[in-house]
Amino acid sequence: MSGPSLMDSLFQRTLEDLIKGLRQQLIGEQAFISKALEEIRKEIKSTDLSTKSTALLKLCYLSNLHFHDMSFAAFHALEVLSSPRFSHKKIAYHAISLSFHDSTPVLLLITNHLRKDLTSTNEFEVSLSLQCLSRIANVDLARDLTPEVFTLLSSNKLYVRKRAVAVVLRVFEKYPDSVRVCFKRLVENLENYDPQILSAVVGVFSELACKDPRSYLPLAPEFYKILVDSKSNWISIKVLKIFAKLAPLEPRLANRVVEPICDLMRKTGAKSLLFECVRTVVTSFSEYESAVRLAVEKIREFLVDEDPNLKYLGLHALSIVASKHLWVVSENKEVVIKSLSDPDPNIKIESLRLVMAMVSEHNVAEISKVLVNYALKSDPLFCNEILGSILSTCSRNVYEIIVDFDWYVSLLGEMSRIPHCQMGEEIENQFIDIGLRVKDVRPELVRVARDLLIDPALLGNSFLHRVLSAAAWVSGEYVEFSRNPLEFMEALLQPRTSLLPPSIMAIYIQSAFKVLVFCLHTCFVRGGSTAGVSASASYESFDDLSVENGADSTVAHGQTCTSAPITNESIVNLLKLVELALSPLLGSHDVEVQERARNLLGFVDLIKLEALNSSGQEENDSERKGVEATKIIRLVHDAFSKELGPVSLTAQGKVPVPDGLTLNENLGDLETICGDIELPSSNTFSFGYPSEEKDVSSFSNLQIKEDSGQSNESTSLLAEHRKRHGLYYLPSGKSEVISNDYPPANDPALQGDNNDNASDLVKLTAESLVPKRKPNHSKPRPVVVKLDEVDEKPVAVKQLESRDDSLSGAVRDILFGSEDILPTSSRSNLPNSNRKGKKKQHMITQVESKENVVDDGNSSSRRRKDHSHGKERRHRKKNAEERNETDRKEKESSSNHPRRHKSRQRAEEPLKVPPQTSVIPDFLL
Amino acid sequence: MGIRFILMVNKQGQTRLAQYYEWLTLEERRALEGEIVRKCLARNEQQCSFVEHRNYKIVYRRYASLFFLVGVDNDENELAILEFIHLLVETMDRHFGNVCELDIMFHLEKAHFMLEEMVMNGSIVETSKANILSPIQLMDKAS
Repeated sequence: MSGPSLMDSLFQRTLEDLIKGLRQQLIGEQAFISKALEEIRKEIKSTDLSTKSTALLKLCYLSNLHFHDMSFAAFHALEVLSSPRFSHKKIAYHAISLSFHDSTPVLLLITNHLRKDLTSTNEFEVSLSLQCLSRIANVDLARDLTPEVFTLLSSNKLYVRKRAVAVVLRVFEKYPDSVRVCFKRLVENLENYDPQILSAVVGVFSELACKDPRSYLPLAPEFYKILVDSKSNWISIKVLKIFAKLAPLEPRLANRVVEPICDLMRKTGAKSLLFECVRTVVTSFSEYESAVRLAVEKIREFLVDEDPNLKYLGLHALSIVASKHLWVVSENKEVVIKSLSDPDPNIKIESLRLVMAMVSEHNVAEISKVLVNYALKSDPLFCNEILGSILSTCSRNVYEIIVDFDWYVSLLGEMSRIPHCQMGEEIENQFIDIGLRVKDVRPELVRVARDLLIDPALLGNSFLHRVLSAAAWVSGEYVEFSRNPLEFMEALLQPRTSLLPPSIMAIYIQSAFKVLVFCLHTCFVRGGSTAGVSASASYESFDDLSVENGADSTVAHGQTCTSAPITNESIVNLLKLVELALSPLLGSHDVEVQERARNLLGFVDLIKLEALNSSGQEENDSERKGVEATKIIRLVHDAFSKELGPVSLTAQGKVPVPDGLTLNENLGDLETICGDIELPSSNTFSFGYPSEEKDVSSFSNLQIKEDSGQSNESTSLLAEHRKRHGLYYLPSGKSEVISNDYPPANDPALQGDNNDNASDLVKLTAESLVPKRKPNHSKPRPVVVKLDEVDEKPVAVKQLESRDDSLSGAVRDILFGSEDILPTSSRSNLPNSNRKGKKKQHMITQVESKENVVDDGNSSSRRRKDHSHGKERRHRKKNAEERNETDRKEKESSSNHPRRHKSRQRAEEPLKVPPQTSVIPDFLL
Repeated sequence: MGIRFILMVNKQGQTRLAQYYEWLTLEERRALEGEIVRKCLARNEQQCSFVEHRNYKIVYRRYASLFFLVGVDNDENELAILEFIHLLVETMDRHFGNVCELDIMFHLEKAHFMLEEMVMNGSIVETSKANILSPIQLMDKAS
């Protein structure tokens, strides 16, 4: 081994030199560091421990601040650790704490070093090794060093003891069996009055209680004492955290503790402690009216404070209260709303959450209006935060809180126009979803869609494309509600649509197709016979809007707004427009766009004849070609007018698998055969019936369900299919008969105050798809309740499991389990020591005998006399065997007696609770 | 475990001290520090000192050119952590006398040692300045 020479050691760069060099940066940081690392690699192999340790120190620095790997030095760190000099040791421990972890290979080699230092007489060495242990302990280290830690737990050097207490947490975590050895001593430290020790031990318990609060219920009296007596805010905060966890488990404990906490809240001057009291009350004592009122008072002080920190925390506390006491939020509504324009984004988001918590069906319109105004003014990030929460809140439980859907749909339109809006996808989904679910809103929906489509400016905003695609779909699907379909055609085919991505372009073309068919149908099929048939009765309610359109303005109320403007002339123009707009798309690179354009143009070609013919002689319906075309129009129109309903996600699951169909077979080979075939989109699905119609070829690919046969034939086929598989169909909104057949799944009383729209919605959604809907769309309450039950069960199971968790299992064992042995052992031996002893006595170890180490002021009252080692050990063993399947309750009830005894002694207020009923007996003061 | 990490970062975003109470690889650390520093240093004086990040909270405070950032569990008391940061600064102030970034740079090991006196295993064990500093002074004398 060619270590560095003496010269190298003499002129070794110290850490200070290294830092100075780094700061001067004569040769660039990276270069300098790699040079330094090279030196370090050399120096660290030195046999001289000083050189080695300096190298190690430099390496720590580079690792800590410049992210350089120091795992190569693991073994060298151990070498330095064995140095007799304290300063070397210190560096070694520092390096080890920073760089060792569970998979460091030399970790096991450290055990003996640690053991040596843990038993050292130098308290600083002990402290260093404890510190190190708290960082690197794994199962093996924790197991091997448990005895040393146990001894140190009652060391008479406070400096050492508090560290030993703190390290116990890690040891317990890694090696739960150590609980059996150390827990009792840990509990003893709870009674220590030295704030240093107390702070450490309370910290440990608050961490432990976080994981499994139930196990620590028996220690409640000790915690209570600390809470009442504590002078240190830090300790009080930690104890409050423990009580926040314990109180919900035991109402009597909550009863006792709530007063002291309120006292603390009134008296304390420290904001941190005050806030902890508030948080404890609102999380765990929310059923204590007076306490909550006091907490709310304090929250209000926080809210109006100048300090943004307090304001944030006040809002945060409010959001915790909101779940149980919504009135608190409403009381502070103004502050909350004002915080929406706070300069701090964190505060804004917190207040937004609160505002959303206040939303109900009565105020949703008002709040949304306010929020949209805020969204208009705020930065893009927060704007979308607002929009997102409006959308998710309003759509919750199938639009539970929405009463006025006309309003909501126009709000959606308004939101899409907000400049920063990036929620296009969600708005798109809701547009379509509402269209499918809520029949009565369709006219308004079409109006909103029209406004969006017609505005050429919107096409330039790529975030809006999704919204536009929904609008286009709506315009095609519900065109019969439109006042002026021709306008739609123009909007859908406007030149700027070239800005759209192909997938949305395809939707536009398809919608144009639908609108065109509707126009033709109105003009020739219906308009031919009776002029002025209203397309839908619902127009009447919209006649006031018709003023907007010059073409419509002359039309009488209730008369068709549609048929009037559609003349043969306009049809001819329309067809021209279609040809003009779509011809370029025949060369589109996107198959979908190309195909749909071709379909539409093919259709136009077919129709043209009719249009041209009838433009001359309208009544000449009997002409052969004209009849042909009319037939086609009627057919296609029928196909398009079939209404779509929402489909349950689980609908497919209801379809029985036909005989002879193997679903599980590997279809891998198929891929090679038809890998290049595009998957059909859902609406290009066709039944492909053979047909004698000669025109079939021209529109067999028109993306309609019934592509053949006469319209009534196809409808009857469909009807038959429906009849056979009615279960899998969702009733269309049109067929009132069907919808009446289904009993409404949810209690109408629940929806009592909803208006017609909402109840329609209820009907619509309730039909046939109730129980198996995807959860977030399931409106009916029963389903929700069911879900809750389902949710609750796993939780309960989890709790049971966590009980089996080794750490809490061990703790329980000590706190509860061994109680049943006490009556025999301890009571017979020491009738007056039933106090503390109970919890601990059972924990006997060999070391026990030499423990008379520290006992504090009140030890007279809680003197322990553990003279029954032998007996108890036997009991403990037995108990350990039973431990796994011991039912906690059983233990508790068996241990009731001594505990009650104790509580009487301790606090002179007897609790008159029959022992049988108490899950956690009267030790709770 | 209460406190998960303590960072000291200067205005330029360079880490001056990093203490983690859970093991993170160098890459994880680098990513974490980058994200946090970007998030916190962008905030101004009028904004609150708490930032939610991933599944925990960062409580930070600025002293002169140095940011003290403490990552804590969500249910940790934010105000208490602010007090802790202040205590840390006061302690270093008492030891170094008007502490500045350079003091921490050149005595990184000592700063770590002070932290170790105050925090163990992620929970605060010592809050008295005298108690924190006495072992350090003793060791200084010894060496």
